[in-house]
Amino acid sequence: MAKQTAIEQDGVIIEALSNAMFRVELENGHVITAHISGKMRMHYIRILPGDKVKVEMSPYDLSKGRITFRYK
Amino acid sequence: MIFLKTDEEIELLRISNQIVAKALAELASMIAPGVTTAQLDKRAEEFIRDHGAVPGFLGYNGFPNSICTSVNEQIVHGIPSDKTVLKDGDIISIDCGAYINGFHGDSAYTFTVGEVKQEILDLLRITKESLYLGIEQAVEGKRLGDIGNAIQSHCEAHGYSVVREMIGHGVGRNLHESPEVPNYGRKGYGTLLKSGMTIAIEPMINLGKRHLVFEKDGWTTRTADRMPSAHFEHSVAIRKGKADILSSFEYVEHVLETKIN
Repeated sequence: MAKQTAIEQDGVIIEALSNAMFRVELENGHVITAHISGKMRMHYIRILPGDKVKVEMSPYDLSKGRITFRYK
Repeated sequence: MIFLKTDEEIELLRISNQIVAKALAELASMIAPGVTTAQLDKRAEEFIRDHGAVPGFLGYNGFPNSICTSVNEQIVHGIPSDKTVLKDGDIISIDCGAYINGFHGDSAYTFTVGEVKQEILDLLRITKESLYLGIEQAVEGKRLGDIGNAIQSHCEAHGYSVVREMIGHGVGRNLHESPEVPNYGRKGYGTLLKSGMTIAIEPMINLGKRHLVFEKDGWTTRTADRMPSAHFEHSVAIRKGKADILSSFEYVEHVLETKIN
């Protein structure tokens, strides 16, 4: 039976770090550090602790992610 | 946390996987136009229980059946149903698991029903080849990215696409363990493979685009463009020099050969 990997997941920002990095708590309880995607930076989309966001991940490194969407 | 297995534990895993291999062969003899996937599921459960094992998938995260039957455009995790009747020209991927002596066996094979178009036969052949190319890389000292790269480059060279959302996994006392074994990747990246690791390598290859859609039942995944998808799976143990394939397609292929003649 194939395992479903975490390619796109939702999470909540817990802490803003420097250099547009954030600590994000995923729906499954894991905490990862995530960067804002370049496209979101281009459009000056601001992210604050408490926001719900969509995070992209790779199965090769489960501790990092990329924030691709901020929910309203 | 990756568990390294001792030789005794690997032998127990082999027992589980051999039951799965025989169960798949039993199902291979049943597959014909007009058979429903629920019949296959029932037979698989009987067969696994007759051999003293428990179906590994039954109840796993709430999965309702003993096998996953994925017909044509379904990629994996299709739920058997008495409404799904096999037709001439279909392909069906059967993923089967057995739990005995504390260890899970896990293996899958894609069968053809009746006469199948040549392009789909090619897809099945290439997917199976890529599985063995991936297994060739599963030796001590290589990395997970080497396995993924071998599968990806072989399939994409033939114009097929590799599913990203569903991946292989470690197998042992739990059905899904770490590490995650993607079917794509870069050479030399990812976790270093050590002797004693046991992983399930399972390329899921689409004839069309790689994107998938989850059906409303919460399990079944199908290709977004409704093109057929193939799926083969072996459980292997990492060793020095050569991977040790714990499951086996020998029984299945023996049945398929005698079926034709």
